[in-house]
Amino acid sequence: MADEPLVLGIETSCDETGVGIVRGTTLLADAVASSVDEHARFGGVVPEVASRAHLEAMVPTIERALKDAGVSARDLDGISVTAGPGLAGALLVGVSAAKAYAYALGKPLYGVNHLASHICVDQLEHGPLPEPTMALLVSGGHSSLLLSADITSDVRPLGATIDDAAGEAFDKIARVLNLGFPGGPVIDRYAKEGDPNAIAFPRGLTGPRDPAYDFSFSGLKTAVARWIEAKRNAGEDVPVRDVSASFQEAVVDVLTRKAVRACKDEGVEHLMIGGGVAANSRLRALAQERCDKAGIQLRVPRPKLCTDNGAMVAALGAEMVARGRSASDWDLSADSSLPVTEPHVPGHAHTHSHDHVHETAKDNLYG
Amino acid sequence: MLLLALDTATPAVTAALHDGRTVLAESSSVDARRHGELLLPAVDRVLAEAGVKLDAVTQIVVGTGPGPYTGLRVGLMTAMTFGSALGTPVHGLCTLDGLAYASGLEGDFVVATDARRKEVYWARYDGSRTRVTEPAVDRPAEIAEQVAGLPAVGAGALLYPDTFPDARAPEHVSAGALAALAAEKLAAGEELTEPRPLYLRRPDAQVPKNYKVVTPK
Ligand SMILES: [Zn+2]
Repeated sequence: MADEPLVLGIETSCDETGVGIVRGTTLLADAVASSVDEHARFGGVVPEVASRAHLEAMVPTIERALKDAGVSARDLDGISVTAGPGLAGALLVGVSAAKAYAYALGKPLYGVNHLASHICVDQLEHGPLPEPTMALLVSGGHSSLLLSADITSDVRPLGATIDDAAGEAFDKIARVLNLGFPGGPVIDRYAKEGDPNAIAFPRGLTGPRDPAYDFSFSGLKTAVARWIEAKRNAGEDVPVRDVSASFQEAVVDVLTRKAVRACKDEGVEHLMIGGGVAANSRLRALAQERCDKAGIQLRVPRPKLCTDNGAMVAALGAEMVARGRSASDWDLSADSSLPVTEPHVPGHAHTHSHDHVHETAKDNLYG
Repeated sequence: MLLLALDTATPAVTAALHDGRTVLAESSSVDARRHGELLLPAVDRVLAEAGVKLDAVTQIVVGTGPGPYTGLRVGLMTAMTFGSALGTPVHGLCTLDGLAYASGLEGDFVVATDARRKEVYWARYDGSRTRVTEPAVDRPAEIAEQVAGLPAVGAGALLYPDTFPDARAPEHVSAGALAALAAEKLAAGEELTEPRPLYLRRPDAQVPKNYKVVTPK
């Protein structure tokens, strides 16, 4: 529909410079420049390297997205940008660009939440989000169970990791196995040829007294590393495929078990899975199996929309416009710890009761 | 000519409009932790004060540092995005040159800004328009001989009186001075630089806490 909002979204919370353009729930462009290769030799994302890369890539990526979408910047109805959470310095590059772009073109600016964007991106794949939707967000930066009744205004955290993010666990085990960075795709590949039941690795926080929706991957990570070390010390070959499959099974077993349980407990019929780890083939398969058994509709966007990108930010921005949410102010700040309960950062005129929150939530932006 | 100048390479967040003859409007505030929040409202203020819109601007000039990176990038990203959105040419100008120009000093002197980590960004000048060394980052004690006996301007000079006993104002750069210098150079047909940051240091390879590989390859 031509009267749906046309929005350009900018994402720079980690190592991807993403610029997406959507019209309502239709994806028009998804341009991404990644600095992952520059980080690979460090075995993890180096914040200053990421920030420098964002500054270089931003303008070309915006221009490429407009060209891909075949739209004119003048026709945009708004600019949205990840205001947080994420790496402070990296976020600030995207926020600066979005503000300048919106100001220059005379368009409203929407600072939006990165986690809510990961949920909202599914609208581009499967149409409007059912309300409510349960979301399992799993990536190198997050592992959360979120209940969204209205993606523009009501996102409730049910649980999260108490130590490592799921994606971090993949990276760390890949490093112990000398498989390189990032670890998710390579472990997924090896796991396909391994036996997921070969080694009984622990399932964190699954005891009867443990918090029902929180995750822990630190104990699993240590158990896998110890198991590998013992093999090596004994002079035996490490069965990389079986280790990968058994480790991966432990992670996705816990993730899907808790997500399905949350849906049942809350009476929610739709589960979406987002974040980079949602690209994991075993996670998708096991989630499908368990959702089918429980009568839950599973929604998982295609892998490219699950990793960090600008389209997800544009999708949430378009929803903000469509639902008449108030725009952000020109002094919008990047907030590295923006709470998930704030899907967007409205202007001051509309948030007197929240002013104190914003003043205390900005930590170490220039650390 | 209607020139918009921005600089976020020092604790000052500063924007100014210049018509080729004089500064029409300027807004500066000093807050080293809020460049991202303060810059756009500052631009908005100077445009409103001059009664023009951004699309009337014919040239954009941005301080390229050297300066603390996080703040430095705010000005550069803003200027580059303005340029892309409106098709306006964007030029870079070394922030230290703006400070030198504002000082109005004759003869040999030094500009030094705070590089944190007990270092200064600095360069030597022969008159307020002529830089004679490349911008560098050093510990004050290590350059004491090179700057001995010279007047010095900038917050870096004021911070380290042992190295810079003859420290003077201005402490931070003003976009008005940057704009005036740029206008002078453009009128004289001089080329300004690309809007690229002068980092001078390689990025800290601070990898997030590594899992120690238990057995080497
Ligand atoms: Zn993410």
